[in-house]
Amino acid sequence: MSTHTISILTENHSGSLSRIAGLFSSRGYNISTLTVAETDDPTMSRMTIVVSGDEEILEQIVKQLNKLIDVVKVIDFNDMPKIERELLLVTVDLNRASRHEVVETANLFNATVAGVTPSSVTFEFSGERERVDDFMTMLKPYGIRDVVRSGAVAI
Amino acid sequence: MNKTGAQIVIDAMLKEDVEVVFGYPGGVVIPIFDVLYDTKEINFILTRHEQAAAHAADGFARATGKTGVCIATSGPGATNIMTGLATAYLDSIPMVAITGQVASPLLGTDAFQEADIVGISRPITKHNFLVKSVDELPKVLKQAFHIANTGRPGPVLVDIPLDVSRGVMENYSYPEEVSLRSYKPNLNGHAKQIEKAAEMISQSKKPVIFAGGGIIHSGADKELKELAEKTNIPVTTTFMGLGGFPGDHPLFIGMPGMHGAKCANFTLQECDLIISVGARFDDRVTGYVQSFAPNASIIHMDIDPAAISKIIKVDVPVVGDAKNILTALNKIIKKRKADSWNDQVNEWKGEKLFSYTDSDSEIKPQAVIEKLYDITKGEALVATEVGQHQMWAAQYFRYLKPRTLISSGGLGTMGFGMPAAMGAAFGNRSLPVVDIAGDGSIQMNIQELATLAINNIPVKVIILNNSYLGMVRQWQQLFFNRRYSSTCLRGGSLCPVCNGPENCTKKYIPDFVKLAESYNVAAFRCDEPAEVENVLRKGLEVDGPAVMEFIVSQEENVYPMVPAGKPLDDILEG
Repeated sequence: MSTHTISILTENHSGSLSRIAGLFSSRGYNISTLTVAETDDPTMSRMTIVVSGDEEILEQIVKQLNKLIDVVKVIDFNDMPKIERELLLVTVDLNRASRHEVVETANLFNATVAGVTPSSVTFEFSGERERVDDFMTMLKPYGIRDVVRSGAVAI
Repeated sequence: MNKTGAQIVIDAMLKEDVEVVFGYPGGVVIPIFDVLYDTKEINFILTRHEQAAAHAADGFARATGKTGVCIATSGPGATNIMTGLATAYLDSIPMVAITGQVASPLLGTDAFQEADIVGISRPITKHNFLVKSVDELPKVLKQAFHIANTGRPGPVLVDIPLDVSRGVMENYSYPEEVSLRSYKPNLNGHAKQIEKAAEMISQSKKPVIFAGGGIIHSGADKELKELAEKTNIPVTTTFMGLGGFPGDHPLFIGMPGMHGAKCANFTLQECDLIISVGARFDDRVTGYVQSFAPNASIIHMDIDPAAISKIIKVDVPVVGDAKNILTALNKIIKKRKADSWNDQVNEWKGEKLFSYTDSDSEIKPQAVIEKLYDITKGEALVATEVGQHQMWAAQYFRYLKPRTLISSGGLGTMGFGMPAAMGAAFGNRSLPVVDIAGDGSIQMNIQELATLAINNIPVKVIILNNSYLGMVRQWQQLFFNRRYSSTCLRGGSLCPVCNGPENCTKKYIPDFVKLAESYNVAAFRCDEPAEVENVLRKGLEVDGPAVMEFIVSQEENVYPMVPAGKPLDDILEG
């Protein structure tokens, strides 16, 4: 078992996403994250998929991805250097006693404040998946009210 | 010129040289059928079930190499063709299926006869399209035909909402070129890899050629024969490859696998090199994968890069069209004389690839097929349904030319044979077309006797009636202690006497002769071994379709047999 970050350049059509995701699901693979958006060329989309599983089956999936008519290019980042980031928005409980420590923790991670209410603060943070995990671990004792992660993007 | 979507669909078919279309009308495809009404150049065949329309288009494609076309309406019409698409997909058959869809504004509202056909068909088509506007229809249709019949062929579905087929496109023209930036199949094998393959072949002491359906799809049969004859390497073809190499050639060693020739299986297990061309190492061929060909290096030539090392680790991959690769290989390959390896293979081969014990008292199904081969001298297109009869048809009829065996290999679709034979008959009018059927499979699309009769399509249906779902019964006999659960077609699923046919008093359910006659199809029944030849001749001589029912030995098994999950040389014999 290993984790792969796969980047797919595909035609910007309805249906492309499910066709691609279908290749993973038909083999019983759970995609851990999937991000997709239009590229600088509006006719194409870039998809980043993080998935873990058996090497040989993943190799097959990459070959099958290459076969799809909509897919223009597939990159398996395990074979090359990459820059990978994930965006996190997290809302943490805030009270007089914890305020200082929470803000201090956020400063350590260089997270920015995206919004504040009298009882909560929402941070915006982007970094490698592991850094996002670390930040969440640090915030957990203060009470995480809500969290959303974008899934990884890689280049 | 202005044209409606429906007119564009038909015009595209004419531009793509479509001669025959199989289908079934329904609410949202009426506009297309309305245009067909005036289109004399296209022979439209109304089947009695959409599934049969898809199989017929598939059979036409298998017989000709051209793209088969079928039409169905939205919802149930479209879901009925899914089995046909999956069948074509697994056997790499070029097909274009047109389905109607509810009008765009109704999409996703659970409208009457709505189903998400693009979603349903996604994993069983090479590609599919939902057409959003009439203006994109010509481009989509052009792409559909292009994708279906290039690279590794396959079925393509085009789903057309009612407002698109009714809509009008101004300044219509049909595109001449296709440009798909992401789809460029690699046709020529890499020269270095071909050289490596040639070198490996010349080093090998015990080589075997293992050819699959790719030989037939690419029309590489002549090149294959040239390679084999230059090198004297024995040739085994998969079930899908039967006919890709002459079945009566001295170098032919039969098909391998679960019901393959012992000779082919021993050769694969003992060889030191497999030269695989257009075959995908299906589990019915390899047996237990870990013990498949333990001493062999493998050269794998295939147009589909994803087929390489999918099941078996390959030493020399060559990606490209089989015909191109073999042509290049033949230019550089060294001649090889027959040697002790050939002697060994011939010893395994013996006089016959397959044998059974004949009988004077009951008709052996194998004997019917052998007799059919003798009478036709192999000059026939043989379609089959799926089951024991299909394996006997593979074992006891020798396929001398490509595209003469039409059978569902990958999906194993019961009910495939008769409609596929019907399609094949439109594609090849010079050879007689025979459907070899079991009494189980034939009942899955028996309504097509009407289509045969009305169009006077000369398909000869041979039913080997053993009153059982024979292949499942065989497994029950061998591996489930003869507990014939739901495999007797005369008794109910809980029939108390069905631990053997001896006690059964029921006869002929249905009476195939009466049934065929009710469809206005000539029919004959044979239950005497001595009458087999006579009945076959009578049926073949009928001008038009005919049904020949042979009441055969009920518990006959297909042998040899490699039980599922066992190594290829672990062979059961009767």
